[in-house]
Amino acid sequence: MNKPLRRVAIFCGLLILALLLRDNWVQFVRADELTSHPKNTRVRIERYANERGNIIVDGKPITGSVDSKDEYFKYKRTYTDGPMWAPVTGYASQAYDANQIEKIEDGILTGNDDRLFFDRTLAMFTGEKKKGGDVVTTLSGAAQKAAYKGLGNNTGAVVAIEPSTGKILALASTPSYDPSSFAGYSGKDEKAWVALEKDKNKPKQNRAIREIYPPGSVFKVVTAAAALEAGKVTDINAATETPEGWKIPLSTVPMKNHSGGCANASLNEALRISCNSVFAKLGDDVGRDKMVEMAEKFGFNAEQFTPVRSAASVYDKQMDRGGNALSSIGQFNTATTPLQMAMVTAAIANDGKLMKPYMVDKLVAPNLDVIKQNDPEEMSRPVSPENAQKLQQMMENVVSKGTGGNADLNMDGVKVGGKTGTAQHGEKNAKRPYAWFISYAKTDQGSPVAVAVIVEDSEGTNREDISGGGLAAPIAKDVMKAVLKSRG
Amino acid sequence: MSVVTNTTTIGAIEAPSRRNTELALLAFAVVIPVFAYLNVGLAMDGKVPAGMLGYGLGLALLAAVAHLVVRKWAPYADPLLLPLATLLNGMGLVLIWRLDQSPRLIATSMRRYGTFSPDAPSQMMYSAIGIAMFVGVLLLLKDHRVLQRYTYISMVVSLILLLLPLVPGLGADVFGAKIWIRIGGFSIQPGEFAKLVLAVFFSGYLMVKRDALALASRRFMGLYLPRGRDLGPILTIWAVSLLILVFENDLGTSLLFFGIFVIMLYVATERTSWIVMGLLMAVAGAAVVGSTASHVKSRVAAWLDPFGCLETATDQNMLNACDQMTQVLMSFGSGGILGTGLGQGNSDLIQFAANSDFIFATVGEELGLAGVMVFLLLYGLIVERGVRTALAARDPFGKLLAMGLSGAFALQIFVVAGGVMGLIPLTGMTMPFLAYGGSSVIANWALIGILIRISDTARRPAPAPAPSPDAEMTQVVRP
Repeated sequence: MNKPLRRVAIFCGLLILALLLRDNWVQFVRADELTSHPKNTRVRIERYANERGNIIVDGKPITGSVDSKDEYFKYKRTYTDGPMWAPVTGYASQAYDANQIEKIEDGILTGNDDRLFFDRTLAMFTGEKKKGGDVVTTLSGAAQKAAYKGLGNNTGAVVAIEPSTGKILALASTPSYDPSSFAGYSGKDEKAWVALEKDKNKPKQNRAIREIYPPGSVFKVVTAAAALEAGKVTDINAATETPEGWKIPLSTVPMKNHSGGCANASLNEALRISCNSVFAKLGDDVGRDKMVEMAEKFGFNAEQFTPVRSAASVYDKQMDRGGNALSSIGQFNTATTPLQMAMVTAAIANDGKLMKPYMVDKLVAPNLDVIKQNDPEEMSRPVSPENAQKLQQMMENVVSKGTGGNADLNMDGVKVGGKTGTAQHGEKNAKRPYAWFISYAKTDQGSPVAVAVIVEDSEGTNREDISGGGLAAPIAKDVMKAVLKSRG
Repeated sequence: MSVVTNTTTIGAIEAPSRRNTELALLAFAVVIPVFAYLNVGLAMDGKVPAGMLGYGLGLALLAAVAHLVVRKWAPYADPLLLPLATLLNGMGLVLIWRLDQSPRLIATSMRRYGTFSPDAPSQMMYSAIGIAMFVGVLLLLKDHRVLQRYTYISMVVSLILLLLPLVPGLGADVFGAKIWIRIGGFSIQPGEFAKLVLAVFFSGYLMVKRDALALASRRFMGLYLPRGRDLGPILTIWAVSLLILVFENDLGTSLLFFGIFVIMLYVATERTSWIVMGLLMAVAGAAVVGSTASHVKSRVAAWLDPFGCLETATDQNMLNACDQMTQVLMSFGSGGILGTGLGQGNSDLIQFAANSDFIFATVGEELGLAGVMVFLLLYGLIVERGVRTALAARDPFGKLLAMGLSGAFALQIFVVAGGVMGLIPLTGMTMPFLAYGGSSVIANWALIGILIRISDTARRPAPAPAPSPDAEMTQVVRP
């Protein structure tokens, strides 16, 4: 009877061996996949197990953590002025994950980042409670408030950048949402979330960086920059050879102008009164490839990481001559984020140097050690300083004598440059146009702020009255004023 | 059949008793769980748990009683079995106590039943009853061969035990499986005890019939087929295990019974054809039940693709099965190689069965791959000592019984651990000694008791030959 006994013993051994192998498969080979599986609640439990670090603006937290008295998630996220800051912070919800800064800097905020290892170990020995680190932003509370208030009940977005550094000063998007409303996982939170998801106004969409719009006339500054850089125009006050009724290439349709006096208008004058024909012809003269090159130097056709990812703005590389001419005045399939237009403005205001936009200044450990300091970084030089100054001259002309009068600050020692835009869109341009405004303020010490404003749908305004100068410029003005004031 | 030879490591003649080895190992088996208890307390509350002294003393006392009884009444017993069982039981108590502290499980219980009562104290009581059972087996069963007399009574008793949960008014349907009976305030899982009684029946029956089963057979297609009258009891067992599966929804128990029977048949008859037949019958039974019982179907779906089946589940039962499976897998996966540390995992996300069917997931998450492998090897060692006892036993009944019990133990480990780790479909059995549950702990202590009794008989030195009166006389006659 011993022979079969030994065989059965081997069989039992094989059973145990199979279990050991399976265990290695589950706990070693598949460990990472299972640990970070989207269905694994542990990720979220860990995220809210300790007091989460805060997102800081002007030295004050705009987020907070409260004890949620819950057996799953110990702490719950709270937001100060949630709707105003939502495009900056994103949300951190016990039920619906997190996004934007809350997600990108999750490691620092939860305190689990490897860079906090020493901190954690030390806290373990001193018996302190584990706590997350802080994210210090570059934003300005005053500018953000001006932008958010200015947008009011309109649908739209505002981006303000400090041109010399690329620091983002304001990032507003309306209609907005309060991330506090679904920070937990109760039925109330679910209701709030579902309502937001179903809302046809898309309050959760971050219009400042994630939505692309036809830029309309504000794109003309890019075309102007391309014409100057390509040497098609050297004297901005010299007449261009553009007949009224200039025909769009590859078609018989003449380019339509909305104002008189565009025939052979100089570049300066054409920008002031926003002549379509002049810029369409200039774009055509410069050619598609050079136009693409210039647009891409400003940041088109690429996603930006602020570190929150933006949508890529579009300047088509494949279109025909007619398309290029239309694109040169911001129509056809050209599309841009408000962030992108703020970058264009900032580069011009910064004498041709484009700084990489960013909104996280530094990451701070719970013990206040700086873990990471983000320094200004040059992204590209789209235009030469001389041409940048010519562009500034033209844009300042727009504000002082042209369509952008509503943005004039009337402050001593402050020059303001800008450009209006009224972008038509929809099938046969049937939808209500978008009102654009880009501008910058400049003092002797350089430019402290460049702003891009879009007002998407302005209910209660007659269609004829929708214009960049009328709707968007006052918002830009308030934002610039807020920044200048806070600088003293 | 061979008589004991000196080639086995358990020497038969003049073997040292190894009782002091057992005592030293028992000390470890008590100290390790006490440290684990301390560890859980420090991790969860940051202070030494209040009950630590009482817990340590309780476990030490139980171990001491068991050891003294073995020393006195089974002095030549295998020295490893008792420490291994004590260690597993102690660790099980720690794990159950740790899950008692989970605020999530407390809150769930409050929501569902309005009260919460910790399970660790009752498990401690069950452990004490288990040790009492162990002591009882050693005291009452002076020689395991006595059990041979009860072969057919065992068969009747095991059938009654198995069918008890189906008796209306006595059986209790808990979470879909009808394997409990309720007497007074206690629920008992008769299947756990049936396992022992069946092994006794199989050993007795096969010892008598093995020659008939092995030799009186016809060759058919390369296989030795037994005669119809010998086949009868086998088919009966097959049918009973299917019935259990169908009426009690207990896949694990039927698999276990059938497995033990096939193993013991093979050992008794030394004929491979029995294994082939057994496998064929198992496959046939599984196919029939698998395609009809929805309970089994959802388990299989959850096993094949746990995450996918969360989306494709057709009913609530299947959804629950799949959800449970994903939770268990994520619990194991999140443990990784070294685990989160006792008291620091989230295995309580598995919810209500966390301390019974799924207690192994807590081991996986909090002690990691390393801990799980240690536990599997501890179980493996128990099986190995059991098989060694079978090899060393001098009588065929003892051999068969020891093999049956250790085979049952090994199969149960495989079915439970394989189920929770997703190697085979989940069947809902409990990890011996580790999981919460009175029947399981008590029955397994009885199992260890019987194995110790057999090993004591096997290793006992042969009695000195009685002095023969003839010897004197032959010496007198000299040339």
